[in-house]
Amino acid sequence: MFLYSSITKKVLMALAGLFLVTFLSVHLGINLMLLKNDGGRLFTEAATFMGSNALIKVFEVVLFAGFLLHIAVGLVVSGQNKSARPSPYAVSNSSDTSPLSKYMFHTGIIVFIFLLLHFFDFYFIKIGLVAPPPGIAIHDFYSRTLLLFSTPWYSLLYIFCFIALGIHLNHAIQSAFQTLGWNHGKYMDAVKFLGSAYSLVITAGFALVPICILFFKH
Amino acid sequence: MNFTLKIWRQKNVEAKGELVTYDVSGISPDSSFFEMLDTLNQTLIMTGGDPVAFDHDCREGICGTCSLYINGRPHGPVKGVTTCQLHMRSFAHGNTIHIEPWRAKAFPIIRDLVVDRSALDKIIQAGGYVSVNTGGVPDANTIPIPKEKSEAAMDAAACIGCGACVAACSNAAAMLFIGAKISHLALLPQGRVEAAKRVQKMVACVDTLGFGNCSNTYACEAECPKGISVVNIARMNREFIGAKLFSEKEKVIKVSF
Amino acid sequence: MARLNARIPEGPVASKWSDYKSSCKLVNPSNKRKLDIIVVGTGLAGASAAASLGELGYKVKVFCYQDSPRRAHSIAAQGGINAAKNYPNDGDSAFRLFYDTIKGGDYRAREANVYRLAQVSNQIIDLCVAQGVPFAREYGGLLANRSFGGAQVSRTFYARGQTGQQLLLGAYSALSRQIALGNVTLFNRRDVLDTVLVDGKARGVITRNLVTGEIERHAAHAVVLASGGYGNVFFLSTNAMGSNVTPAWSAFKKGAMFANPCFTQIHPTCIPVHGDTQSKLTLMSESLRNDGRIWVPLKKKDVEKLRNRSIKPSDIPEEDRDYYLERRYPAFGNLVPRDVASRAAKERCDAGFGVGTTGVAVYLDFADAIKRKGHDTIDALYGNLFQMYEQIVAENPYETPMMIYPAVHYTMGGLWVDYELMTTIPGLFAIGECNFSDHGANRLGASALMQGLADGYFVLPYTIGNYLAAEIHTPRFDTDASEFTIAAQGVTDRLKKMKESAGKESVDSFHRRLGKIMWEYCGMARNDAGLTEALYQITELRHEYARGVRIPGGFDEYNPELEKACRVADFIELGELMVRDAQQRKESCGGHFREEYQTSEGEALRNDERFAFVSAWEYKGREVAASLNREDLQFNEIKLSQRSYK
Repeated sequence: MFLYSSITKKVLMALAGLFLVTFLSVHLGINLMLLKNDGGRLFTEAATFMGSNALIKVFEVVLFAGFLLHIAVGLVVSGQNKSARPSPYAVSNSSDTSPLSKYMFHTGIIVFIFLLLHFFDFYFIKIGLVAPPPGIAIHDFYSRTLLLFSTPWYSLLYIFCFIALGIHLNHAIQSAFQTLGWNHGKYMDAVKFLGSAYSLVITAGFALVPICILFFKH
Repeated sequence: MNFTLKIWRQKNVEAKGELVTYDVSGISPDSSFFEMLDTLNQTLIMTGGDPVAFDHDCREGICGTCSLYINGRPHGPVKGVTTCQLHMRSFAHGNTIHIEPWRAKAFPIIRDLVVDRSALDKIIQAGGYVSVNTGGVPDANTIPIPKEKSEAAMDAAACIGCGACVAACSNAAAMLFIGAKISHLALLPQGRVEAAKRVQKMVACVDTLGFGNCSNTYACEAECPKGISVVNIARMNREFIGAKLFSEKEKVIKVSF
Repeated sequence: MARLNARIPEGPVASKWSDYKSSCKLVNPSNKRKLDIIVVGTGLAGASAAASLGELGYKVKVFCYQDSPRRAHSIAAQGGINAAKNYPNDGDSAFRLFYDTIKGGDYRAREANVYRLAQVSNQIIDLCVAQGVPFAREYGGLLANRSFGGAQVSRTFYARGQTGQQLLLGAYSALSRQIALGNVTLFNRRDVLDTVLVDGKARGVITRNLVTGEIERHAAHAVVLASGGYGNVFFLSTNAMGSNVTPAWSAFKKGAMFANPCFTQIHPTCIPVHGDTQSKLTLMSESLRNDGRIWVPLKKKDVEKLRNRSIKPSDIPEEDRDYYLERRYPAFGNLVPRDVASRAAKERCDAGFGVGTTGVAVYLDFADAIKRKGHDTIDALYGNLFQMYEQIVAENPYETPMMIYPAVHYTMGGLWVDYELMTTIPGLFAIGECNFSDHGANRLGASALMQGLADGYFVLPYTIGNYLAAEIHTPRFDTDASEFTIAAQGVTDRLKKMKESAGKESVDSFHRRLGKIMWEYCGMARNDAGLTEALYQITELRHEYARGVRIPGGFDEYNPELEKACRVADFIELGELMVRDAQQRKESCGGHFREEYQTSEGEALRNDERFAFVSAWEYKGREVAASLNREDLQFNEIKLSQRSYK
């Protein structure tokens, strides 16, 4: 990893990131099925499909690899970046830039912690590493979700994590284009706009589920 | 005008440095920032003190010698100028001004506010040129170059090598500096010939010098006194990816005389 | 007075250089590897020479006081570089460029050198384009040209207002390539404080490492000085703060003659002085005179109102303005050579028509050009210069005329060199602004870049070979030899002595005082009484400096005050020589204007009978006046006449 040049590392991060970004929209689509008032039938069907289809199984591995790559390269790059300025400035930088772009590492950490939590809550149960809460079947994600989101602190934490993800994405999408060399005067503004819009949709979409459950399902 | 200055003082590369406070008074608003520091130094010399060392030379914003991280910004608060072109009228009477050297592992401090930027020379030595010798070149008008290309090359070539991009970058990366040189030459037919080789050599070099990686915060563009655009970094990335993926493998041909 | 021989090749002027190139001695590649060359300075001349010599296979050591070779002050040249390409089809040729340069220099330059310069000018453009210098282009993709002062053809190539920067970066990139290949070794942050002679030949230099303070010795088979001009003798000039005469001056003290020291160029379009703490003057490119019109008010009462700011310049009606250049020089108008334009500005200000709060400024007005060509065209041509002006003065030149005043800019004088660019010390060469050879008494705009690159890329690589061909049996030198030890000791002793003086006045303060004397008595206009006074004052200043300068800090550390102290000591001595030279030249020519010698219309009055020569001064010792030698100038191609731009 250390042997790869700085640009190669960034390109790997960008490609993995863009792949994760597309995965998010699939995940969001399935999540929104929870809101259909059919006792979770559609949602469960989709979840079963995702859990059994062979092609999806392959993609699951790719997805994990993508996460690991993105995180591993991110850690290496951040470490190098830190050591590139061993003694910090007394007055912190007040350059005229997007302030949130400097917190990619921090928002990344929040998203990572959320991911661990999410795995404990769902994925590890599915593969049998963790026992499901009493009264809920291993594959009954619908009930599990309703149970979790009916706890207000959990829902708030969930929403907070997705705001962090939104901030992360807002910079990440146009940043990936820049890293891959796709910055051009003619369409960069459109890329930036669509990137922001996409991150807003993701954050709002994911947050919609706990909000609905909290306020309308009781 | 009067000011309180908090200036980084450090005897040499090994010594521990600290911010020291000085007061200056009676400064004309038309004075340049360095003329203000000259005034401070004259006072220090006359009172047996040790004048503040800072890099400066042309004092007209083109040589790139001057540096200074002023109140959290390389080259101070005014956009698009170097420190030597900064005037005291840009500050308010009574302001406290923090003056620090540019900080990066690749720029060791020589004394006070003076840093060693020879890493930037090493990057150019790695490939920031067109390999032609004096003599034996075609007539200057042999290859027409579209005006927009030549203008874009000039935009990139306007880099003065001051290192403000590195100083501003939260990662102390030199990507705008190297991106500008790679773009300048890659945009011109004369530089195209070696473009694939150049970008690989220069990127390989910059990675060995202790600079950080680019995380696209664009602080470099915001602080560049010559307004060099981050489009040049994207162009470098494109050149780099293209070179890694598609360039011909170089055959080493051994010739014996 | 001894006569100097410039060793100009025989034959017609147009074939001298090609004849020389075909007959000069060569060094074969395997011998080049055994020969060392020191190059001092990395401006256009130094960087281009070091790169070209490295390409040829010599082992080169290059020195600069800056932290990087790219920062040499050539970088600040704005306007452009001349070449006789005749791309615009307006009748240019090598002969015309040669003619304009000799005439612009007021017939005090050497014909053979200038002709050679004009001949190689085209090659420079070719090479720079091949290096990737982004010169301005037309929409068809071919190179653009613009006109410049002192010429009636458009022969100036340019890269926005940053031509010097782009050309220097081209030379710097070529130099960087040679450094990477190991043919050139770079020594940055070094002051060259002495030249070492072994058996009468230049064989090395003594340097001070500006970071560690170490005194270092370097040996070579030949030494090339490309250390630039000495405009900083005036303290306020457009030179960089670090620009200095020290390498050239140390060579002078070792026997290299100094030619025409009084020929200094005052550039007409600089930003006026704002006050006493000013450290530096900023030039606005001469190209501004292509579109700007220079004027002052015709009526004294308007001058008063302008100074107390009760009216704006635009309030003055057309008939109350004095476009004095257009009035006095209808043929060239605002495009007269620099010396003429500068003196005309001084004349108006001395007569009480100067504007600005200080009364020492004239207007450079773009209102007509903006009306004629449109805001966008003017912006494309001069945008960055307008910005720079606004940044410094806090006034918008699109709305109100710029204020300008002449300032010291370039020094035509320098080390005397022969046709081969060799000084009177064998093996010591001087190129670029450091020598005296090509600009006579006044340099035309866009010619300095041309000369620096011509010397470095296309002249020196041939002529130095002719010298080194006889040195192929000379082994590399040992820097422990007594000559080096003595020279290094001399430098150390000098620094010690200077620092011991423990005085009460800073180096800058002395420098400022020297500058005032020089500007007052040896500036744009000079007269015998003033020069005598200057000589007295400078001698006083020199003695005061020896006992009264205060230098803080130590020897073995980064100490900018110590650097400056050496430079100013040399400037004081040089100032004395400039004054002596100005005094002996009892005529007016180019940048040298003696008030006693002028026509009834106030134009410079040359005396070709008595002064058509180069004055070359020879060092005779510390307390002894330098002695004058002369090189008589022969004009075979051009008939001497009074310069007329009317």
